[in-house]
Amino acid sequence: MGEDTDTRKINHSFLRDHSYVTEADIISTVEFNHTGELLATGDKGGRVVIFQREPESKSAPRSQGEYDVYSTFQSHEPEFDYLKSLEIEEKINKIKWLPQQNAAHSLLSTNDKTIKLWKITERDKRPEGYNLKDEEGKLKDLSTVTSLQVPVLKPMDLMVEVSPRRVFANGHTYHINSISVNSDCETYMSADDLRINLWHLAITDRSFNIVDIKPANMEDLTEVITASEFHPHHCNLFVYSSSKGSLRLCDMRAAALCDKHSKLFEEPEDPSNRSFFSEIISSVSDVKFSHSGRYMLTRDYLTVKVWDLNMEARPIETYQVHEYLRSKLCSLYENDCIFDKFECAWNGSDSVIMTGAYNNFFRMFDRNTKRDVTLEASRESSKPRAVLKPRRVCVGGKRRRDDISVDSLDFTKKILHTAWHPAENIIAIAATNNLYIFQDKVNSEMH
Amino acid sequence: MEGTMFARGLKRKCWDGDEDVEGAPAAPSYSLQRQSLLDMSLVKLQLCHTLVEPNLCRSVLIANTVRQIQEEMTQDGAWQLPAPPVAGRGPLDHLVSTEILCRAAWEQQGQRPAPDLPSELPGALGAPAPGSAQSCIWEADSSRGHRGSFPKSLDQIFETLESRAPSPVEGLFADAGGPYYDLDAVLTGMVGGKSGPGGGDGLQALAPAGAPPPSASCKRDLGELDHVVEILVET
Repeated sequence: MGEDTDTRKINHSFLRDHSYVTEADIISTVEFNHTGELLATGDKGGRVVIFQREPESKSAPRSQGEYDVYSTFQSHEPEFDYLKSLEIEEKINKIKWLPQQNAAHSLLSTNDKTIKLWKITERDKRPEGYNLKDEEGKLKDLSTVTSLQVPVLKPMDLMVEVSPRRVFANGHTYHINSISVNSDCETYMSADDLRINLWHLAITDRSFNIVDIKPANMEDLTEVITASEFHPHHCNLFVYSSSKGSLRLCDMRAAALCDKHSKLFEEPEDPSNRSFFSEIISSVSDVKFSHSGRYMLTRDYLTVKVWDLNMEARPIETYQVHEYLRSKLCSLYENDCIFDKFECAWNGSDSVIMTGAYNNFFRMFDRNTKRDVTLEASRESSKPRAVLKPRRVCVGGKRRRDDISVDSLDFTKKILHTAWHPAENIIAIAATNNLYIFQDKVNSEMH
Repeated sequence: MEGTMFARGLKRKCWDGDEDVEGAPAAPSYSLQRQSLLDMSLVKLQLCHTLVEPNLCRSVLIANTVRQIQEEMTQDGAWQLPAPPVAGRGPLDHLVSTEILCRAAWEQQGQRPAPDLPSELPGALGAPAPGSAQSCIWEADSSRGHRGSFPKSLDQIFETLESRAPSPVEGLFADAGGPYYDLDAVLTGMVGGKSGPGGGDGLQALAPAGAPPPSASCKRDLGELDHVVEILVET
């Protein structure tokens, strides 16, 4: 996918002088809004940073379309559950933008237990010329007022104001792993390990439980919910994935409690690859509907798969992300890497899919040409406006000069969170505490 | 299947002078690997890293793995199921079976102590206050509660590690500190986020499991505490 890319590494300003990684700065979620103008990131410290794309201008053609910080706010604080003597992490698990309905932008952000609706507004004018107050707001001495004036709105420096409009608390006993806004723009769902709740955006004191897989006896628990999403067009349909590798498509019109799925998508196990780790690596870490609504994309430990909603028996496409790890599963189980949850993403035209891997590598698969590429997000290998060089992991045999061997991979550098601009070839990659935004300048049209 | 099941580094060399090995070098290697995987999984289930609730998905996946290993061992005849739960005591010096561990953990959630387990296992089934959240790998845990509920045999395991981890057992669960991370490092081969030179050590650091057994026996009797201790202590 040879491209002339414009790379921009955006550091949080407070990290500029430090070379170590503060745990609070680890990015935990990345999400473009529906136009791609805004990009939100959440981190382990409970903060949300929103970037805005600069409008392209003829006067500065080289800086067109780059993202700058628009707003930063503290979304969640650490809490303590006194009943259970447990901390509730402030880490932002997911951010989802609401479709824009007026001048303001809104987003939902969630940690393990509480979802919040934030409203982001701009203020670029302020009234001046009050009769009773002076510039600083102090009351004027009335004897000095000799004439009346009409206050006028004067431009001011842009101020971005963020305010919490709703707090959806106490809906979940277990840890929230996903939220998804319905296409009806009125409701959204939140999923934890065992339950999925449906909320109305305006109502915070109650929610409807629509999926409950908690067994009567917790000893019988063998499967949990790992991700869920509403269908992009059909407001009654949603999908949720499980730790056993299955997907369940549910129809809310069928019943109030959608424990019975409408469709179950499951691929039969490959007996030749069976091991004690088979189940773990089949656990689906992310599920995303295509923009068309016709397909679903899932990520498990070693692969990404494309499913056709009309075919439940098996995925229509399977792509190997890092098959070379299959022989290392025991070590990866030992150091817990096997439980890493990678996300996946579609491009705007559903022709290319992307997911992260280790060593700050991320992978893209072109569904049409069947070509794939491995790229690296790192300070060393990318300077602004440099072309990203494809990387290769060698597994023995013939080794080319810039290849990396499997045993040299850095498993602490994992790209779990990636996002693709809804319309253009712009991607956002979260590499631990760094955010990379790559643009494809040459091929800006989707194909 | 054996080739893909474990990392290559875990394959053990043949043990010299061990008559069980001759003629079937692969078999003992496989059951040893399987045993070490079981032990590793049990420790993973019990270790609580922080004050935050453990990840339920991870716990479920590990427990399922343990169950699979147990089932296979049962089929192989390598697993002696404990006597069906009866009042009265089972053999105390047997390694507490996974089943018991899991049952003990689950039954912690504010219920009456399980009558079917040996009463001498302290803590694990001491009657928790009803409704209080005791340690249970599925329900919310407090690290304090977790500590108190450890089955005796695991306590013994950790006590024998004192030479390596000088702090008392509780010290292992301190949220910061040498002993705990030493244990982690021993088990995972990685310390903190960065392993040694190159970042690749994570893969190359071998599980401490698979140390050559005492010369006497190649058979892995699940009741042998020594064996488990050896696995955890191997340098």
